[in-house]
Amino acid sequence: MAEERRPKQCTVVLPTESMKAMAESIGVGQLQEESCAALSEEVSYRIKDIAQDALKFMHHGKRCKLTTSDIDHALKLKNVEPLYGFQSQEFIPFRFASGGGRELHFYEEKEVDLSDIINTPLPRVPLDVSLKAHWFSIEGVQPAIPENPPPAPKEQQKTESTEPLKAVKPGQEEEGAIQKGQGATSAEAKGKKDGLMRMKPRSTHELSVEQQLYYKEITEACVGSCEAKRAEALQSIATDPGLYQMLPRFSTFISEGVRVNVVQNNLALLIYLMRMVKALMDNPTLYLEKYLHELIPAVVTCIVSKQLCLRPDVDNHWALRDFAARLMAQSCKTFSTTTNNIQSRITKTFTKSWLDDKTQWTTRYGCIAGLSELGPDVIKTLILPRLTVEGARIKAVSDGPVVSNIDKIGADHVQSLLLKHCASVIAKARPLPDNVEQYRADYGYLGPMLCSHVVKARAQAALQAQQVNRTTLTITQPRPTLTVSQSGIGGSGGSRTPSIIKVPSSLTLMSTRPGTPTQPSPPATKYIVMATSSGSSSTQQVLWTAVLLGGIQKIALFGKRPSPYYGKNNSNKQREITVRHYYKT
Amino acid sequence: MAAVQDGQLNLEVEKDIKTEITNDGSGNINASSSSPGSTSSGGKSKSPAGSGEDQQTLLAVLQFLKRNKLTESVDILRREAGLSADADDSPVSESAGAGSGGVPSVGADGGDANSLLSRVSIATPVAPPATAPPKVVAASGGEDQPDVNVVLSAYSQQGDPVLYPLYYNGLKKFIESVLDCHRAELSQVFYPLFVHMYLELVYNNHENEAKQFFEKFSGDQECYYEEDLRILSSMSKKEHMKGNETMLDFRTSKFVLRISRDSYQLLKRHLQERQNNQIWNIIQEHLYIDIFDGMPRSKSQIDAMSGSLAGEGKRDANKAKVFYGLLKEPEIEVPLDDEDEEAENEEGKPKKKKPKKDSMGSKSKKQDPNAPQQTRIPLPELKDSDKLDKIMNMKEATKKIRLGPDNLPSICFYSFLNAYQGLTAVDFTDDSSLIAGGFADSTVRVWSVTPKKLRRVKSAADLSNIDKESDDVLERIMDEKTASESKILYGHSGPVYGISFSPDRNYLLSSSEDGTVRLWSLQTFTCLVGYKGHNYPVWDTQFSPYGYYFISGGHDRVARLWATDHYQPLRMFAGHLADITCTRFHPNSNYVATGSADRTIRLWDVLTGNCVRILTGHKGPIHSLAFSPNGKFMASGATDGRVLLWDVGHGLMVGELKGHTDTIYALKFSRDGEILASGSMDNTVKLWDTLKAFDDVELDDFTAATGHIHLPENSQELLLGTYMTKSTPVIHLHFTRRNLLLAAGAYNP
Repeated sequence: MAEERRPKQCTVVLPTESMKAMAESIGVGQLQEESCAALSEEVSYRIKDIAQDALKFMHHGKRCKLTTSDIDHALKLKNVEPLYGFQSQEFIPFRFASGGGRELHFYEEKEVDLSDIINTPLPRVPLDVSLKAHWFSIEGVQPAIPENPPPAPKEQQKTESTEPLKAVKPGQEEEGAIQKGQGATSAEAKGKKDGLMRMKPRSTHELSVEQQLYYKEITEACVGSCEAKRAEALQSIATDPGLYQMLPRFSTFISEGVRVNVVQNNLALLIYLMRMVKALMDNPTLYLEKYLHELIPAVVTCIVSKQLCLRPDVDNHWALRDFAARLMAQSCKTFSTTTNNIQSRITKTFTKSWLDDKTQWTTRYGCIAGLSELGPDVIKTLILPRLTVEGARIKAVSDGPVVSNIDKIGADHVQSLLLKHCASVIAKARPLPDNVEQYRADYGYLGPMLCSHVVKARAQAALQAQQVNRTTLTITQPRPTLTVSQSGIGGSGGSRTPSIIKVPSSLTLMSTRPGTPTQPSPPATKYIVMATSSGSSSTQQVLWTAVLLGGIQKIALFGKRPSPYYGKNNSNKQREITVRHYYKT
Repeated sequence: MAAVQDGQLNLEVEKDIKTEITNDGSGNINASSSSPGSTSSGGKSKSPAGSGEDQQTLLAVLQFLKRNKLTESVDILRREAGLSADADDSPVSESAGAGSGGVPSVGADGGDANSLLSRVSIATPVAPPATAPPKVVAASGGEDQPDVNVVLSAYSQQGDPVLYPLYYNGLKKFIESVLDCHRAELSQVFYPLFVHMYLELVYNNHENEAKQFFEKFSGDQECYYEEDLRILSSMSKKEHMKGNETMLDFRTSKFVLRISRDSYQLLKRHLQERQNNQIWNIIQEHLYIDIFDGMPRSKSQIDAMSGSLAGEGKRDANKAKVFYGLLKEPEIEVPLDDEDEEAENEEGKPKKKKPKKDSMGSKSKKQDPNAPQQTRIPLPELKDSDKLDKIMNMKEATKKIRLGPDNLPSICFYSFLNAYQGLTAVDFTDDSSLIAGGFADSTVRVWSVTPKKLRRVKSAADLSNIDKESDDVLERIMDEKTASESKILYGHSGPVYGISFSPDRNYLLSSSEDGTVRLWSLQTFTCLVGYKGHNYPVWDTQFSPYGYYFISGGHDRVARLWATDHYQPLRMFAGHLADITCTRFHPNSNYVATGSADRTIRLWDVLTGNCVRILTGHKGPIHSLAFSPNGKFMASGATDGRVLLWDVGHGLMVGELKGHTDTIYALKFSRDGEILASGSMDNTVKLWDTLKAFDDVELDDFTAATGHIHLPENSQELLLGTYMTKSTPVIHLHFTRRNLLLAAGAYNP
């Protein structure tokens, strides 16, 4: 590696163009080529020299990051006046521009309006240095407290779960030098017995007394009546680094809890459980992949279940569905890989039950919510084409004879949900103008309402853009503000994308997206193509994936035939059998 | 300022001067011609290497002085160095400041037709001594740095630049073809040879050839020279060589190689057969080959010891006797019972407690044979408060936990929050009651980690109102209103890189980028003295374990020993070839260890100012040092992430602890020396079983004599535990008197 680098070291010098550019900047035109070459060599040498000294200051400052003050001190060593004005701590204030075959890095000096500076409120005073003591190790064992790193980092949890054999093999200790540190017990560190010692904790799944107490407290608080306690417990789940040993318990707790409470239509408890799922997902130290087979069915149940509460006409179970749908989208985003295909399988499940005519309005609502949370691309490909059909269905309920109040409420909710999600997507994708007739032709019954929503959405987006620009950009760059908002409204974006450092993401989206729906989506969002099915046969080799797969298929079943499973208590037994079945696969 | 510097020309320099003169006498060389060129010219290969060495040291000193514009000192040094023989007709000051540029070249002939040699006293065209081969005074082209030119001019001798790669390749082929046992030893030649050939090419303006040469062969060099190679690679012009310190290091100090006699003969024969004068000259001039009798060393043995900027330490550099034993503890009456705390100073139940630590061995009443004389260096008298503290110390020591592999210490971690990457140094007091931090914003902050708050002494006006006879006068002088958990000390004008509490907790030292060391009072929380002497950043400072003295070292490559009541240093320890990065006192206060960016550790005798040990083996700048409590061993940590263990008495490396992945900034032995704790930038604290490490080393007479040590490959067995912080580099470690380990660092979110 070093050898590859070294030859380069010898030759790297600043390009002569830089010399020319600098000379021009101070008013020296017509610098000769030889002078440039000589200058650039000299300058390169001096820069390297200074950089080396600056590194010394970095090392003695006990940092890994070279700062501008290091360079100042290095200059001082050489009796050179330090550079003033480069006090940036976090990023290098250079900007890059290219064009006409030339690439240029430049330091942008903006004109700052002093009145703006005076008028902006002062930033908060940074906190003063303080000293905090904690137990780092007690007689050779590192206590599992928030101040210490989690006993088993995510990476290790991952290797344990994905490659269980590898970790057990003796002779792997060297590679796990870091692991060894994590184990940190003196016994474990003692050489030869290592392999044996390591296997033991894996086979036993007993929690320590403290952990049992903790588990008990937390679960009780999570489903208890005291909201303050619950908030605390959820906070603990979301941040505590030492939970991984309890993760299987939590996972089972949640899935069993959902199972029971769906049957009993206990909406409050279901909400609490979903909040627990959210907290678990928020904890950065947990490796949840192992437990998705329990968590995802539970979440999907909360989205699409036919009935979640005792009084469907009064209770706001829609909120739970929305919340669970967001959770689902989040887990798709975090956990979906090419191997487990979570997102595509979830999408498929939702679509299937949505397409079914017999599906109840509640489930229908859940499916649509689940799909639309997955992102604008999913909405575009899956929901927009069905707007007409869905509109007709809603129309049938609202215009037709009043069959049941519940159906009507369901239809209303589905309608507002569709309007909410589709309007923003259409606003971005559909070119102006927004013609009501056109909309009616395209989207049927929902057309006119959509149209007004789209108009509103556009107006709001433009307003937002302006507001955002005003707050963050006026001081730095007043110019691009205009272009951004114009391109956003006029739909002529894409022609010029101003490179702004601090543009909020919504803005860039607006300015870069021209109004053609065929444009490929940005790489960040997952693009779901329904043609590629979940590919159940190819994923069989990974055990838990198969389990998960089974789970989802069952849920799909629930969607199709909801009544026997989620109807009334009479079918409880059968449902349980089915559930047991897929837990065991 | 210059006056101060004059005063500092102390033993170290004077010693050089003495040897200088004697060498001059024996070598029959005109004193004025003390240029490196004359002693090490091609024809005089047998000249005593020592003389050249000392002259070079002298030159280095001269040059250092001149860099700092201390012309007066230069004059004096020159005068005293025996340059006076010609000083009458050539005033030294003239040559020192001379822009005269010397005498134009007179012509070239003689054996080495190309060899051009220049002289220190350029202005004096004194005929070279008869023993030297014909030489020519070089034109140094009107430079304002004559010394640098002298140093560089050794490169002026040149061959055909095109042939350099051939020469090098030839040697490479030869070394690859020799027997395995010799190959490793002879391979050591590659790096210095490569460096000097490259520099010669650069010096003689063969820029392209130099670049090609570098590209072709730099890959062959050992990876631990990469840093130096990077510096070399940036030097592609003669002008760059001036003022480049690394370059001067290569030139002013000979690269030391240890080679067995057999291997050396092999090399010599080969070079003579091939008439390869170019390489032979370089070896003669720039290399010091330390020949030993016996088996050639193995590759691993060589690798363990190499890596420093100027090769290994010479064997005879480590021959001096080091009194590593501890001083006898003063006998103090200790009351037996803890209940009698009030009666501490009364003669209630006098019992002499044998002060602790059987592992230290030297605690019995009779003098340890390895210990220095009690009065070898004058130490401050014990005050009453010191005695009290000693008693407390002993009491605590009785409650000390015995550590071992089965009994690991507990660690308490002090995190500095909101430090914004600005924490640069930390120190604990010995009794662990105070913690001090040095920050990049030039402040020093002191915290009390006990419930006892920090209080300032009352102002002079208030003090005069106090009844001085009262029993609690010490309580009364404190100003209750100023009580707080932490205090900030303002005074430095640059980042504070080193910090150290005095053993009696009354003072605090801090060293900074602004070139000063400051002494702060922890009674008034004000600055008492600013010690000026280093002109460049001072990287580290430490109080002597007995107080009064302290050591500082920094970018100027000179470590200074100070006494708190003198504003000038008592000793200056010069010899390192790069920044002194850390300084530590030996527990008996008679020696001082300095670690440097030249990747060597030196041990200096405080009494004589001599360098008594040069320890090589690290492959990166050394950032931490620690002596074992019994004074026998030393541990050092460097940017290469390795901890090396040293036997101070024998001057040998006795262990290598691998495991860290980044710079080690903190090292500390437990109070009994059984466990070594190391803290690093990689956010870990590691504990090592040093008892085992030191036991495993078998030292027979042969290894002790030759210094060829077989290091046991057991660092994984010695590792007792690794503890990872969340995101806090560990920059200081401290064992309390009861063997609780304290660690400190700044949290980096």
